[in-house]
Amino acid sequence: MAITLTAAAAQHIKKSLAQRGKGKALRLGVKTSGCSGMAYVLEFADEIDATDQLFTDHDVSIVVDSKSLLYLDGTELDYVKQGLNEGFEFRNPNVKDSCGCGESFNV
Amino acid sequence: MALLQISEPGQSPDPHSHTPSRKLAAGIDLGTTHSLVAHVADGKPVLTAGEDGAPLLPSAVQYCADGTLTVGHQAQQNAISDPANTITSVKRLMGKSMADVDHSVHVTYQLITAESGMPLIRTCSGDVTPVEVSAEILKTLKRRSEAAQGGELQGVVITVPAYFDDAQRQATKDAARLAGLNVLRLLNEPTAAAVAYGLEKGSEGIHAIYDLGGGTFDISILRFSRGIFEVIATAGDTALGGDDFDRLIVDWISTQAGLAIATPSAALTAQLLSKARAAKEALSNQDAVTITIDLSNEKSDSTSWQGTLQRQTFDALIAPLIQRTLRACRRTLRDAAITTADVLEVVMVGGSTRVPRVRQMVGEFFAKQPMVDINPDQVVAIGAAIQADTLVGNKPDAEILLLDVTPLSLGLETMGGLVERLIPRNSTIPASRAQEFTTFKDGQTAMAIHVVQGERDLVDDCRSLARFELHNIPPMVAGAAKIRVTFQVDADGLLHVSAQEQTTGAYSAIDVKPSYGLAEAEIETMLRDSITYAEEDMESRRLKERQVDAQRLIEAIEAALDSDGDALLAPNERVVIESAIAALKQAISGDSHHAIKIATDTLEHDSADFAARRMDASIKKAMAGHTIDEFSNDSAAR
Repeated sequence: MAITLTAAAAQHIKKSLAQRGKGKALRLGVKTSGCSGMAYVLEFADEIDATDQLFTDHDVSIVVDSKSLLYLDGTELDYVKQGLNEGFEFRNPNVKDSCGCGESFNV
Repeated sequence: MALLQISEPGQSPDPHSHTPSRKLAAGIDLGTTHSLVAHVADGKPVLTAGEDGAPLLPSAVQYCADGTLTVGHQAQQNAISDPANTITSVKRLMGKSMADVDHSVHVTYQLITAESGMPLIRTCSGDVTPVEVSAEILKTLKRRSEAAQGGELQGVVITVPAYFDDAQRQATKDAARLAGLNVLRLLNEPTAAAVAYGLEKGSEGIHAIYDLGGGTFDISILRFSRGIFEVIATAGDTALGGDDFDRLIVDWISTQAGLAIATPSAALTAQLLSKARAAKEALSNQDAVTITIDLSNEKSDSTSWQGTLQRQTFDALIAPLIQRTLRACRRTLRDAAITTADVLEVVMVGGSTRVPRVRQMVGEFFAKQPMVDINPDQVVAIGAAIQADTLVGNKPDAEILLLDVTPLSLGLETMGGLVERLIPRNSTIPASRAQEFTTFKDGQTAMAIHVVQGERDLVDDCRSLARFELHNIPPMVAGAAKIRVTFQVDADGLLHVSAQEQTTGAYSAIDVKPSYGLAEAEIETMLRDSITYAEEDMESRRLKERQVDAQRLIEAIEAALDSDGDALLAPNERVVIESAIAALKQAISGDSHHAIKIATDTLEHDSADFAARRMDASIKKAMAGHTIDEFSNDSAAR
């Protein structure tokens, strides 16, 4: 089981963590999201629980709770620029289909 | 693919949701002698001043014979001329029966006993309850805050003394409801003071909050750890405060002036109290004060009396009262099994802590400089405002004072026996979440709402809490109805679930106590299972979701076949679709999500042409008999 980062993502996460001044890692996860499917969770992690799985890539710590990991295993997190918009993109091999805007997905 | 940003812990946005605009909230310090209202603007707490420019609103209400009433300074001044109809210090009567009311306390108005044993206040415009009087004060504060913030208040936090009992707290809530306020939480006054000083941002440890207000004294020992303020011990006196200082001065004046203190007239009592209060306030900044009493309306030898009160004399008068507060402090420390050396900070609250002698004696007792930087009259209201701002949802959850949390997630059953969690476990309470749900079948007019508790994905593995139904949903096609389901857990852990159809307003609700009959061990098992069975849960969720989606598709296509099948499809085309439906039905009854997916895709593919024809047909129908110009005019007008 693994979660990986692209260099661009790692760089941006380090910068964000430094700006925030606290936080042990980056938390990835999924949550149920109402009408259909799942949505991604992308947060700073101040607490790491005993059931969390820890990954390190490009010197960045990533935590994923063991339940979410089932939906995220193999995901590569990238940081991309699309025109004026920039942000993180989940490249998740488990996703079978997602809604039009890509904010929610199904496995 | 949408691009995501990193959120603060617990703040990941829900998909398809938009940031709500800022909600208005206020913190109210409903005091014995004075009340205040504050709110947070641009991240800073500000006190809301009244028309006279001062934030302090005297907790005085005057009832006039013509049915009108005045609140605040005007009422306080009229207390001298119309003492019988001007109610002050009503907080002392809140939630008390006549038998509980301390009759040693001077009141200038007439108390009578209602049939229920509760006190009523007799005024010239009829009898009023203490709750009604409080509500008038709250209404004034509400108007003030709404005028200052330019909108309706979504909710307020009202502070109460730490050891107000349930009846007193309920009476306070009743008054708020009567004033048209939504109480987010009743906050203990010492906790509010600690929040105002930002002690929750500092190190963990023990703090003492010394609160000497107009009518009540409170000493509270708070322990702050892991983001939680816990009142570990509290003591005090609901009948000791600055009012008593005033009365000591009144007694002193009476003795000095040789007045018959046994039966003073109401007007004289009010005058003496007002003069005494002014003298006390003056002595905070000067060493002596001259007091003049007008006796022209009294059966007295002289028309006035004048005397000088030295601060030393005043200090000696009140020393026994301060000693009483310190005895309570000592007792509280003993209850908490700590000594003064364990106390990190002493926070001074309440106008009476401006009295230099009080500060000095408290400082000596705790052997440290008390915190007095924030105006002691305002500190509680400021803390309440900060808390109200957080509770109404203007700040990240992480900054909420964690008073209590939900031990297990709360959610409801959706199609296919799946659980949709609305309030995740470890949410701070009170918590409130709402989500919109819709109908599954065409013309569905009722919806069953099954409230469950637990961490598993399937309803069968969770604990069922309650079921109720929402009726009178107007018949619409599946997915068109909007039903807003709201979960609210109040500060006592009581869950209130309501469902409301958005177009007609049809409404249904239920109350449950989620923790009822739930043992610690059960919670642990439920949590452990959710991790152990995570993979199975994921499989079942995937299967159920596919089944539900497939079922929805079948229903939609069957309905379409019924209405338009004969008109739009050749018999052989219809057979293709029907056989695809049959194949999908077969797949649903199996347990392979993969097979369902394939059959669903086949049916979607086979019916795509039919769907396109239906679309064309309905557009044709809509446009028949109209000219193109009509449509372009329409769009221009829009």
